Amino acid sequence: MTHVQRRLAFFVPAAALLAVVLGCGLTRLPSFGLPHSEYARYITEHAPAQRHVSNIVSSVVFDYRGWDTAGEELMMFAAVMGTALLLRSGRDEERRRPTDVMTSDAVRIAGAGAVALTLLVGLWTIAFGYLTPGGGFQGGVVAAAAALLTWVADSYRRHRAVTPATLVDAAEGLGAVGFLAIGLLGLVVAGSYLQNVLPLGIPGTLTSTGTIALLNAATGLEIAAACVLIFAEFLEEYVVTVPGPTPEDP
Amino acid sequence: MQDVLLVVAYTVVMVLGVCVVVTREPLRQTLVNGFFGLALVLLFVVLQAPDVAISEVVVSTVAFPLVLLTTIYRVAAVRRSADEDES
Repeated sequence: MTHVQRRLAFFVPAAALLAVVLGCGLTRLPSFGLPHSEYARYITEHAPAQRHVSNIVSSVVFDYRGWDTAGEELMMFAAVMGTALLLRSGRDEERRRPTDVMTSDAVRIAGAGAVALTLLVGLWTIAFGYLTPGGGFQGGVVAAAAALLTWVADSYRRHRAVTPATLVDAAEGLGAVGFLAIGLLGLVVAGSYLQNVLPLGIPGTLTSTGTIALLNAATGLEIAAACVLIFAEFLEEYVVTVPGPTPEDP
Repeated sequence: MQDVLLVVAYTVVMVLGVCVVVTREPLRQTLVNGFFGLALVLLFVVLQAPDVAISEVVVSTVAFPLVLLTTIYRVAAVRRSADEDES
């Protein structure tokens, strides 16, 4: 029996089994475009009255399935910590400072505009997350992209100056702890984790939806800071290759 | 009209998905993957899922390419210095 034959002897039965399992699963799927499942119908019917939201998705993410989101927050926190530990341990202590490529005035001015615009879009996406499409996760990544743009348009040095590690670390911790603390507040005051304990306000305004608004803001802070930290670790790896970063041809 | 948009969106996703897999050069693959992400965004918009579409935009245009590109450059630099040591 050759190497290829041995591999095939494993692959063919495994592939056949997978095909059968997938086939069984696919035949039981609801047909395409079926309007609403029971769950979706219940949520769309009751969410506006129960939580005063106009973006139903946010009420699912931060309230009905808020427990899942808490897990995702911690997952993100752990992922950032793992990335930082792994990459920092492989790095030399005495590394040379990166030599920044001088960007032109035109690039810097256009970049300054782009940074402001991107940051605004990010904050806007976070702020109106429970009223219109968007939310803490999406807006957080956009806000982190604004920080990244300072590197593209200006220099690595400038990028590190506007995102000091102590501030970003603190913001990430505050976001993660804030989410869990708001959940605990519900446990203490109302008897169950992530239960709303705040006034719901007038639907369609920024002060409405009670805890959803706060959880959304905490998520925005956590994700923005987490992305900046991950970007910083990878950029740190990249600048070691400067000057003359030319990838090899395969 | 809706059906036509859906068929177009699904087809583009399918074609670009295959393109990502058959592109063997990592740098080029990152670029093709960006187009694949854009196709997914269009699909999510057609399926009326704006929240997911925005998530896909930020992940496929910011987070994913940055991590990939820095890694590609870093690995190339490590390999280059290893080659220099050998010669």
